[in-house]
Amino acid sequence: MGFDKELNLEATELRLGLPGTKKSNKRALPDYMNEECGSKDSSNVSDAQKSDQEIASPAKAQVVGWPPVRSYRKNCFLAKKMEAETAGMYVKVSMDGAPYLRKIDLKVYNGYPELLKALEDMFKFSVGEYSEREGFNGSEFVPTYEDKDGDWMLVGDVPWEMFISSCKRLRIMKGSEARGLGCAV
Amino acid sequence: MRKDRTEMSEDDDRSPPLDLRGADIAESSSKTRNCSGVTGSVAGPGPGPSSMDFQAPYPDQVLENVLENVLQFLSTRRDRNAASLVCKSWCRVEALTRSELFIGNCYSVSPRRATARFARVQAVAIKGRPRFADFNLMPPNWGAFFAPWVLAMATAYPWLEKVYLKRMSVSNDDLTLLADSFPSFKELVLVCCDGFGTGGLAVVASKCRLLRVLDLIESELSDEDVDWIACFPESGTSCLESLIFDCVERPINFEALERLVIRSPSLKKLRLNRFVSIGQLYRLMVRAPQLTHIGTGAFSAPEGVALGDLEPDYTAAFAACKSLVCLSGFREILADYLPAIHPVCANLTSLNFSYANINAEQLKSVILHCHKLQTFWVLDSICDEGLQAVAATCKDLRELRVFPIDAQEDIEGPVSEVGLEAISEGCRKLQSILYFCQHMTNAAVKTMSNNCPDLEVFRLCIMGRHRPDHLTDEPMDEGFGAIVMNCKKLTRLAVSGLLTDRAFNYIGKYGKLVRTLSVAFAGDSDMGLKYVLEGCPRLQKLEIRDSPFGDAALLSGLHHYYNMRFLWMSSCSLSPPGCQEIARALPRLVVEVISNETDKLNGDDTVDILYMYRSLEGPREDAPGFVTILQ
Repeated sequence: MGFDKELNLEATELRLGLPGTKKSNKRALPDYMNEECGSKDSSNVSDAQKSDQEIASPAKAQVVGWPPVRSYRKNCFLAKKMEAETAGMYVKVSMDGAPYLRKIDLKVYNGYPELLKALEDMFKFSVGEYSEREGFNGSEFVPTYEDKDGDWMLVGDVPWEMFISSCKRLRIMKGSEARGLGCAV
Repeated sequence: MRKDRTEMSEDDDRSPPLDLRGADIAESSSKTRNCSGVTGSVAGPGPGPSSMDFQAPYPDQVLENVLENVLQFLSTRRDRNAASLVCKSWCRVEALTRSELFIGNCYSVSPRRATARFARVQAVAIKGRPRFADFNLMPPNWGAFFAPWVLAMATAYPWLEKVYLKRMSVSNDDLTLLADSFPSFKELVLVCCDGFGTGGLAVVASKCRLLRVLDLIESELSDEDVDWIACFPESGTSCLESLIFDCVERPINFEALERLVIRSPSLKKLRLNRFVSIGQLYRLMVRAPQLTHIGTGAFSAPEGVALGDLEPDYTAAFAACKSLVCLSGFREILADYLPAIHPVCANLTSLNFSYANINAEQLKSVILHCHKLQTFWVLDSICDEGLQAVAATCKDLRELRVFPIDAQEDIEGPVSEVGLEAISEGCRKLQSILYFCQHMTNAAVKTMSNNCPDLEVFRLCIMGRHRPDHLTDEPMDEGFGAIVMNCKKLTRLAVSGLLTDRAFNYIGKYGKLVRTLSVAFAGDSDMGLKYVLEGCPRLQKLEIRDSPFGDAALLSGLHHYYNMRFLWMSSCSLSPPGCQEIARALPRLVVEVISNETDKLNGDDTVDILYMYRSLEGPREDAPGFVTILQ
């Protein structure tokens, strides 16, 4: 056993994880720090710990019950953090002439064709053909959206990712108003 | 061990001094005691009718009757405890006139002894587990069961009206027994309790016909899913005044709740859980504009529900609640809805945003109306900027709590000394503060100590362990020192950051009124603890974790432990023989050594957790296997 220590086989061992870590790669913390957490002679380790503060150390392993926040509260926001990562991006959709609005989750769609198809199904209409030069051609309905700056834009001009991050609401314009957006009828 | 009475702790809830046995008191109270019968003859010796049944009152008894009539005006337990120490007669009479019983540690006295001494109790408050158990520092099922208490009270106090429990384990059976035993039962308040579920609530709701208050605060319910709201009697008017269930993590029967609210004209406090949407909140609010306290529930609409232009006028609903003074909830807030509360902000004295993930801008729009705010709980998501806005408007603020949205150690914190200083500048009347942060400076803490002389509670949690002043790199000793020096009314203190024994020297020297002290990852040596135990005569509750205090330090408190409610020390440098010595020296102290199995990897001999408390009963019989009681 002492033999192994001299050879320092562990230090040269190949495995996943930051150097100095022992167990799984989830623990980004050298073991002496872990012991300190429950430790009886924390006064000795506190010096080591102090110097460690200056180095940009990887995140310390969570100590039991620290910070002293009750688990109900901790879990509330943990759940929300995870939810936010998977949460939908709901925007209101209005259609000229329709009595009430709808809401759709933009994250559900992979691109414009899917989105437009969903809108067509929802409101029972057709959008026509999109071209960069002429906008939507062949229908009196034009899908538009309000962006972060409050401007009304034609759906389809910007890349999909940019669209979903800037789209605040959708409006399906109809008739004469729609013509102003460059759709040739 | 004789204690000098002048050193009695002010929050004293002990039984009488040891020479006054419980048995004596029970016997003497069986002397002829008929208050209404005897008062008529107080006027002089041996007067009155010559009825054979009449007995001339003994002079002592006359005095006791007078006493009884006088003592019933004493309301605070501090006054009553003092009165009870005058002499046996006063003790007896005080016991008979005490209607509110407070047990600060459920193991300090047995239910039998308590009910034997205090015969006419209408309201009971019992506290159980130590606070550090909330943070998973102790294995579950340690104790603090309500069962033996409700069993004893079922026969002793048939007229019981109110029960308040904190950190107790309460089962559904206990709640059933409660509901069955007390026909006049009016108020049930469970704070940080566990062990029961919606089944137990259902029994209380259906059987306690005079129920006015059902408050569940930060309690953890079991998984069962019983429709307890529907169990409130459906017909007639309900006398419900307060219904708080924001901690219940189960959906509720909304239609039943709505009907309940409609037939509860006295309802003043209603705090909903997160399963109640804003649309449902609206429906309740329009039915109950008399509400003074509202917990808003989710404060958003559930996913997928498109209300669009048909959404109700939430603002009008809030405006109709003219008496609203306390708002909380916002459990899943959609900030778009926040403006709805503007009409009530000017009247709010208490606002709890501690579950609302809002930023500074969103807060500002609300807080600038809240001139009367006295209590404010919030998340650090509002950043220093948000706190500055609070400081600018809330000149009457008494209590502030800033919770971390992300309770980790090594992240960039959104609040810092900047926020703390701003608050201290703007809120001069501050009495209580709980502040979580990543970085702090001594200067800011000192500034607060100077600006807020009324501080009674100062709890600063620098989440990074052993973190020094981040500008000067010095320990946080001077900051906390300034607090104990300048805040002359300070009774509760929680310290954090890098602290040497010097900080404890300050606390021992200046913290003469400190009753509760929380210490974590602090101090250098035994001297730290010694300073505190020798210097703080009013110390009642001391909780310490992960600090280098050992047996010698523990010994230095022998003169004081009988005056304390409890001492908790975990992951310190205590040894079993050291704790044993305390147990031997103080027979009326229960010395529990609690073993945290996870820490038993090393075979070492230190004590994981020491929890000790004064008790008249000796070792408790319900201790689980991981608890060893030293004697």
